[in-house]
Amino acid sequence: MTPTGRVVLRGGRIVDSRGERRADVAVDDGVVVEVGEQLAGGRVIDATDCVVAPGFVDLHAHLREPGKEEAETIETGSRAGAMGGYTALVAMPNTDPPHDSVAVINFVREQGKRAGLVDVVPSGCITLGRNGEALAPLAELASAGVRIFTDDGNGVQDELLMRRAMEYGTGLGITLAQHCEVATLTKGAVMNECQCCTSLGLPGWPSIAEELMVFRDIELARLTGARVHFLHLSTARSVELVRAAKRDGLPITAEVTPHHLALDETRLATFDTVYKVNPPLRSPADIAALRAGVIDGTIDAIATDHAPHPRRDKELSLDQAPFGMLGLETALGVALGVLQVDLTHLVRVMSINPARIAGIADRHGRDIDTGAPANLVVFDPTVAWQVAPDSLASKSRNTPYVGMTLRGKVRHTMFNGTFTVLDGAAQR
Amino acid sequence: MKHLRSIDELGHDGLVRLLNLTQHMVEVNRRPIPKVPALRGRTVVSLFFEDSTRTRLSFETAAKRLSADTMTFSVSTSSVNKGESLRDTVETITDMGVDAFVVRHKSTGTPWQISEWTTASVVNAGDGWHQHPTQALVDCFTVREALGVERFDGLTLTIVGDIKHSRVARSNISAFSMLGAKVVLVAPPTLLPPDVAHWPVEVSHRLDDVLARTDILYMLRLQSERMTQGHVPNLREYAELFGLDAKRVAKLPTRAVVMHPGPMNRGVEMLVDPSSLPNSLIHQQVSNGVAVRMAVLFDLLAGESSAANLQQVTT
Repeated sequence: MTPTGRVVLRGGRIVDSRGERRADVAVDDGVVVEVGEQLAGGRVIDATDCVVAPGFVDLHAHLREPGKEEAETIETGSRAGAMGGYTALVAMPNTDPPHDSVAVINFVREQGKRAGLVDVVPSGCITLGRNGEALAPLAELASAGVRIFTDDGNGVQDELLMRRAMEYGTGLGITLAQHCEVATLTKGAVMNECQCCTSLGLPGWPSIAEELMVFRDIELARLTGARVHFLHLSTARSVELVRAAKRDGLPITAEVTPHHLALDETRLATFDTVYKVNPPLRSPADIAALRAGVIDGTIDAIATDHAPHPRRDKELSLDQAPFGMLGLETALGVALGVLQVDLTHLVRVMSINPARIAGIADRHGRDIDTGAPANLVVFDPTVAWQVAPDSLASKSRNTPYVGMTLRGKVRHTMFNGTFTVLDGAAQR
Repeated sequence: MKHLRSIDELGHDGLVRLLNLTQHMVEVNRRPIPKVPALRGRTVVSLFFEDSTRTRLSFETAAKRLSADTMTFSVSTSSVNKGESLRDTVETITDMGVDAFVVRHKSTGTPWQISEWTTASVVNAGDGWHQHPTQALVDCFTVREALGVERFDGLTLTIVGDIKHSRVARSNISAFSMLGAKVVLVAPPTLLPPDVAHWPVEVSHRLDDVLARTDILYMLRLQSERMTQGHVPNLREYAELFGLDAKRVAKLPTRAVVMHPGPMNRGVEMLVDPSSLPNSLIHQQVSNGVAVRMAVLFDLLAGESSAANLQQVTT
């Protein structure tokens, strides 16, 4: 991308790992060149009343390309990410074909570069075809730059295979990210197993289907020394298990989605398929435990599980409709609305920690100092706004937040020194 | 009333209204020519995504006796298998000009989804494990008629079998409770829903313990696939513990009635010939099915002129 010359972000509050301070930020040629009071020269962009922070990093985005371009492409997903303040997205591997070969990894990365709106960071499959039967070529994928591996959409069911993946992975310095779901316990299930599902006659999805695998992988990590990341945790007991594992010093990290922090199981009583997600929306007690887990650091990251689906796929009966909802463009507003955290902690869970977990901390989630790559977000943490489906950058419309008032909106996003979003508008 | 989707939505007053209306329809059905012009010009479409013989036939017969036009849409002949969304299907049929959808689907909630996408009335003819309101109306009407009572205060309804996967049980628990009955559920724990403790019912795992205080014994069908899913070890063991045999019939109070929504699994939940039972209501359940569905369609579709129309029906 062509550098646009010196730009000064004026009047904002810088928030990074060291806390908050008031300063202007000057950017030139893709990097931060000056941080200080009343900086002059170049193009001045207003950041008054706004937070200037390292750009957000999403550990969990389904960009659907290759294979389901009707739902999203790497370009439209990247644009949705930029609108949400993201400068890097970890692309989930459940595409068609999946991320189990270097060819697909390179394709995804190239499409990301072509779009040029965020860093598209491909994850790799743990098993071939995400079938849970044989390991994907982990070393070959790792040498092509993949740092985080997952079969997301599926949990790796076989204990021996998961143990082997962890053992093999410790030699490669990679992170294994687990979608925790014991599949035999969730067959046909669409909503949390609870009082509500009993009355609705909807097949229940028990918490233990997640917790058994969280427990298993914690113990396998203890045995093998592997670095394990838990995707989209949804239950109180999962949070407790991770808290105890961290107390034991195990190299475990975990994420939670904005929707599991904000929406409870009763939403599905409307029979609106937009609320059908995997794992399912849980109880108010689970939500409280997840929020507490984010606040006390047990949960390292907020990750969107952005899962676009075309209208016709969601306009099916509850048993046939696919799992998933959009997340990239609403994550900040939802997180600020439901979490009582200071902005430093918010930036930690939306940018600093996920950048570290994804293995991209050299260019994302960095403190805003001279020399740092200019991957930045500027957001107003107090402004209220409503989600208008037609204004979403995503190709899909399956958001549950239509008509809801969110607090906190992205004003500018800068990727490698270029504005991808300026004054709330996508630049390309 | 715009839709009939669940007993809870219908409420006590609606339930009583439909039961009273059913009485009029029974009288219509006794005439030499059991057909009235009440719904002439109205169109009722049966939208069945799951196999059903008796429910679909009884809805279609009911519509025809009220002179409505009927259409049938069943999944095997539809474009649903060609990637058309449920919404597209519903909108297409709505565009043809229909007044009511009668819907059966294996997934909970489809009648609610469909009512978002059409201006027509929606009747739930069974959604997943959730609701089957017209079956509950049939069962309440049959008991009212057989026992000669309007309310069920002081009566105990015992439902036996696969409660967990039963829309009939869920609708009947609501309907019989609304009319004052006490409800007892009898099943192995694997065939009860996980949070049954929150329901206003008594739960037992031993049929023999509750027979003596049962006024209405309601046997549910056990589907054979429940065995492969590990809910019960085998049918013989189930029949032994929960089947109705002659010894158990003898334990019932003499005035107790026996019901079953059909189709029956002889040799599993029903170990006696039902025609040998002194107080079986199983045939009445089938024959009342048409009158109940006439009452429902009339109530939904006769609209503004329903009072005048009712007179026309009953005189």
